[in-house]
Amino acid sequence: MAAQVAAASRSGLRSALPLLAPAYLWLTVAIFLPLSAMVFFSFMTDLPLSGKPWAFTLENYAAFFSQSLYLTLLLASLRLGLEVTLWCIVIGYPAAYVLAKVLKGRSREAIFLLVILPFWSNGLVRIFSWAMVLREGGILDTALNAVLPFKINIDLMYSYPAVIIGLVHSYVPYMVLTCYLTLQAIDDSLIEAGRSLGASRLQVLNRVIIPLSLPGLVAGAALIFVPVVGSFMEPRILGGRTGTFYGTVIEDQFVAVFNWPLGAALSFILLAVVLVILAVASPVLRRAT
Amino acid sequence: MATTRVLEWLGRLYIWLLLAFLYVPIVIMALMSFNVSPFYQLPFEWTTEWYVSLWQNAQLISATWNSVEIAVISTIICVVLGSAASLALYRYEFRGKKFLQALLFPPIAIPWLITGTAMLIFFFGVGIGRGLFAILLGHVALALPYVIVVVSARLQTFAPELEEAARSLGANQWQVTNRVTLPWIMPGVIAGGLFAFAVSFDQFVVSYFLSTPGQTTLPVEIYAAIRKGFTPEINAVSTIIIVVSMALMLLTARFFKFGGEK
Repeated sequence: MAAQVAAASRSGLRSALPLLAPAYLWLTVAIFLPLSAMVFFSFMTDLPLSGKPWAFTLENYAAFFSQSLYLTLLLASLRLGLEVTLWCIVIGYPAAYVLAKVLKGRSREAIFLLVILPFWSNGLVRIFSWAMVLREGGILDTALNAVLPFKINIDLMYSYPAVIIGLVHSYVPYMVLTCYLTLQAIDDSLIEAGRSLGASRLQVLNRVIIPLSLPGLVAGAALIFVPVVGSFMEPRILGGRTGTFYGTVIEDQFVAVFNWPLGAALSFILLAVVLVILAVASPVLRRAT
Repeated sequence: MATTRVLEWLGRLYIWLLLAFLYVPIVIMALMSFNVSPFYQLPFEWTTEWYVSLWQNAQLISATWNSVEIAVISTIICVVLGSAASLALYRYEFRGKKFLQALLFPPIAIPWLITGTAMLIFFFGVGIGRGLFAILLGHVALALPYVIVVVSARLQTFAPELEEAARSLGANQWQVTNRVTLPWIMPGVIAGGLFAFAVSFDQFVVSYFLSTPGQTTLPVEIYAAIRKGFTPEINAVSTIIIVVSMALMLLTARFFKFGGEK
């Protein structure tokens, strides 16, 4: 029996291989080998190009641990990721709830599409659109001064709040999407049962709805937190001089300072942090599926 | 009962506020592309001069063509390779299948900053270098896992008995695939293709690290322009991009339900 299964499995692989090989070869050349190369290069003094001498070294990692700047920036990026994720939960979860449990039929479909539509538009363009709104003499400034009887100066551009606003705008549809999918799967009769047994709305929310939709919350949080920690274009455009984060420092190593080995080490440290976070989140996610 | 009504009403209001938050900046950005003042000053005066000057900007036009070409080519490659891989994963049982499926997630989950810089290092190291070919290599790799996931999802709804029936009626393997399986998964393939086009056409981070001054894509040019200073020309080109991507997404939604409803 076991031999039969093994034989079937071998012949399955033989038939599957020609169909699978092109796709997986491509992924290997363009994703898996580059990631391995990055780890390798992060232990070098220089890139082995143009005949320059190079040697193995731990210097790039030593730089991370000896100069407090990098650790400070990594912590700043993690904090940014945490804040953006929290805002996305606060803004996105209620919206997902309304979509899943209040709206019905065609209006639900249409509004759902409207909510997820922006995140298919170009992220760069969306960040740029906030620059239009937030700068001094921009739309927010003009609009508030037109309405309010007194003169105020709104210049949020090039500040930490501007970075937060831009990132929340970019990522909140993820949270709505993942929470909507889990909230929609909750049977309405569970909620009614809780209510008819005398639980208040708040108790039903705390004891039934939130625990059952937790996988959606965690999935959304992971989808948002990971890219935000590695963001560099958003802080650059909206943060200006206050927008120096871990991602922008990595960008600098590759496009301005040209210290690729240090950049590789910094990238790899970020990758390790991201993998640890995903590993922590995965038990909750697996329970959901 | 009255409280329920009030709460539902508040819920609807909240959704509209969220939609305003999502769309108002984009609408304002688009409106500014039709405003006369190069410094975005109000009052608003209608003009299309920024679109005209955009049309004369050779650098932006060539970057736009690069973006379109790369998106089209990577879509075709992704659809062919992705559909083949999905079929293999659906049809055959073999050891290591779970592992191959799990391998699709790192490209989706790892931040593009890390993937992009890793590609830059590796392509430089092996002599591929930077430029349009490197960008194409990268875009296909980023979009391929999405295509496999979308087409596989469609295959889950396929009844293998249909293939059996065709075979027992005398169809060979090629005919079965061509006349039975492919027509069934076509909505998934089209959705996957539109997905791949969107991933490539909107891709900034990976293109940014792999581009050279002469060989760039539209988003990379826009980023450079934004950092030099804002002009309504950027608004004009951004407006065009937004309209194209949203139209693509609406097309995708027509072929593939994302809401989880049947």
